Amino acid sequence: MAVTYTSGEQVEVYRFSIPATILIPLTAVFLQAWLPLRFPFFTIFDLPLLVTIGFATARRSPLAGLLTGSVIGILQDALTHHPIGLYGISKTVVGFGASSLGIKLDVEHAGARFLLTIVFYAVHEVVYFMISRGLVGLRMAWTWPHELLSGVANAMLGVLVFMLLDRVKQRT
Amino acid sequence: MLVGVLFAQVLGLAVQVKRPTDSEPTRLIRVWAVDVVTPLEKALHWVQTSTSNVWHNYFYLRGVRAENRNLKQQIERMSLEQVRISQDADQARRLQALLAFKEQFISRTMAAQVIGSSGSELSRAVYIDKGESDGIRPDMAVITADGIVGKVLRVYRSTSQVLLIDDQTSGVGAILDKTRIQGILRGTPAGEVVLEKVMSDEAVPAGEMVLTSGGDGIFPKGLLVGRVTKVAPGSELFLNIRVRPAADLSKLEEVLVVTKIDERQAQPDRAGAARAVDILAERLPTVPSKPENAVKADTPGPETPGTVAPKGTGSDAKPKTASPEASAGSGATATRKTASPPSSSVAPSGNSSGTSAGTSLANPATTTGTPALKASPKPVKAKATTMTTDAPKPQPAVEDTPH
Repeated sequence: MAVTYTSGEQVEVYRFSIPATILIPLTAVFLQAWLPLRFPFFTIFDLPLLVTIGFATARRSPLAGLLTGSVIGILQDALTHHPIGLYGISKTVVGFGASSLGIKLDVEHAGARFLLTIVFYAVHEVVYFMISRGLVGLRMAWTWPHELLSGVANAMLGVLVFMLLDRVKQRT
Repeated sequence: MLVGVLFAQVLGLAVQVKRPTDSEPTRLIRVWAVDVVTPLEKALHWVQTSTSNVWHNYFYLRGVRAENRNLKQQIERMSLEQVRISQDADQARRLQALLAFKEQFISRTMAAQVIGSSGSELSRAVYIDKGESDGIRPDMAVITADGIVGKVLRVYRSTSQVLLIDDQTSGVGAILDKTRIQGILRGTPAGEVVLEKVMSDEAVPAGEMVLTSGGDGIFPKGLLVGRVTKVAPGSELFLNIRVRPAADLSKLEEVLVVTKIDERQAQPDRAGAARAVDILAERLPTVPSKPENAVKADTPGPETPGTVAPKGTGSDAKPKTASPEASAGSGATATRKTASPPSSSVAPSGNSSGTSAGTSLANPATTTGTPALKASPKPVKAKATTMTTDAPKPQPAVEDTPH
C-alpha cells in the first residue's frame, strides 16, 4: 500500500508501464465513444478526464501530467466534429493542475479523490466553456444542476477508476 | 512548458476556426484517431450482434407464431391500403406532369450500422460502418424508417461520421405538414430540436408533423422529421417551436444512407399526353354521356371509348375507362350517393338495363375497376351531389368511390 505525505520530499511517485500508458487512455476514449450508444446516460461521464486526473496524481509530474492531458484531449477531440483543441486545452490544464496538486496533497484516500475529481471536473468544464464560446463561437448551455450532477457522478466513478489504476501503477 | 503547449493548441484552434472547411489541416489526426478507435467498435459491435442473433434466431422464439400470424394479417391490410394509395399517387403524378413538376426520388440507399458516437454531450455525432470504399460521400442524407437522422459529415476509408439533427451546428430545411409553414430545423446545446425562423404571427398547433422541405439540398422533400411538441413566443419576431424527432436519436442501431437521389419530372403511367381538361374531367362528379353515346352503349357490339357500360346485370357490371370527352357537355341528371362500402365502387343502382347514362367519371381509380380497390377496407363516404341538366330522361344513380 502506497504511503503518501503532504510533504513534497516524502511523497510516493509512481509510474505506469508503457502498455498501460498507451492502452488505458485508448480504452477510456474508446469506451467514452462506445458506451453512450448502449447507455445514453453515459454521456454525463468523462472517462478520459478521470484517466487524466488519475495518471497526473499518480505520477506527480506536471510535465507528464500536461502532456498526458493534451494527448488524451486531442484524441477525444478527433472523434468529435468540433475543432481539435477544445478538449486538448481543457485536459492539458487539468493534467497540469492535478499533478501539481498531487505533489502537495494526499490523494490516496477515496474522500480526497472524490473532492479532487469534483474540483477538476469543474475546472475542465469552465475552461471548455470559455474556449468554445470565446474562440470557436459555439453556443453553450451552462446549467448548474446538470453540471453539479455530472460532477458528483464523475467523482463517484473516478473513485472506482483510481482504484483500478492503483492496480497497474508501479512504485519508482 | 504549460504555456507552450497551451499556446500551440490555441494556435491550432485558431487556424481551424479560420479555415473550417478547405483542406482541413487536422484531417490526419482525425484519421489516426478514427483508425484506432473504430476497429474496436466494429469488433465489439460484431460480437454483440452475433450473440444477439444467435439468441433471438435459435433460442428465444417464444411468441414467434403469433407474431407471424399478426404480421400476415397486417400485410393483407397494407396490401389493400397500398392499392388505394397507388391510385392516389397515379393521380398526383398526372397532375405533376401537367405542371412540369420535378420530383426528388430516393433511388438508392445503403444500410449501415451505427458503431460509435463522438463520446461528447456537445458533439452529437455518430459513426457508421460504411465509408468511402462503400460509396459514401459527405453531405449524404441519413435516415431511418421512422424519420431523418442527420447527414454525413466526414468520410473515412471504412467509416463515416454522421452529424445528427439535434446538434447545434446542424440545419435542416423543414416544412409543417398542414400549415405548410417553412422554417429551419436546428439543434440546441441541450440536445433539443427547434424549428427556427417561423414568424410569431403564424398559428402552429402542437402535434403537427414536420417534414423536410428539400430546401437544404441534402434531404429530399417530404421525409418525416418529427412532431411539434411545444410552441412559445421566442425572441424577436419568431416563434420558439420545439420538435420531437421521429427517429430515436439516442438509440440508433441501423440507418440508411441515401446514396442517390433522382430528380425527374413526374411521368403519368397511362399512355398518351394528359391534358388539364382530362384530369379535371376525371375529378368531376358523375356526368352522363351524350345521348348518342348512350344509345351506342345500349346496343351490343364495340363499346364507345370512355363509356362505362355494365354488362348484364348491375351486380356484375364491369366498368370501362371513362373518357372525359364523353362527359364534356353532356346533359343529364346524375346523382352521387354515398359509397358504402367502397366495394360497390361502380355499380348502377337499381337499373340493370346496362345503360351507360350513369357513366362514372369521378375517379380514374374507380373507372378502371381495379378489383383490389373494390375490397378497400376503408369505408370512405362521398358527399351526395346532384347535377341538374337538360337530360331527356332520368339517369340511374351511380355509386362511386370518392377520390
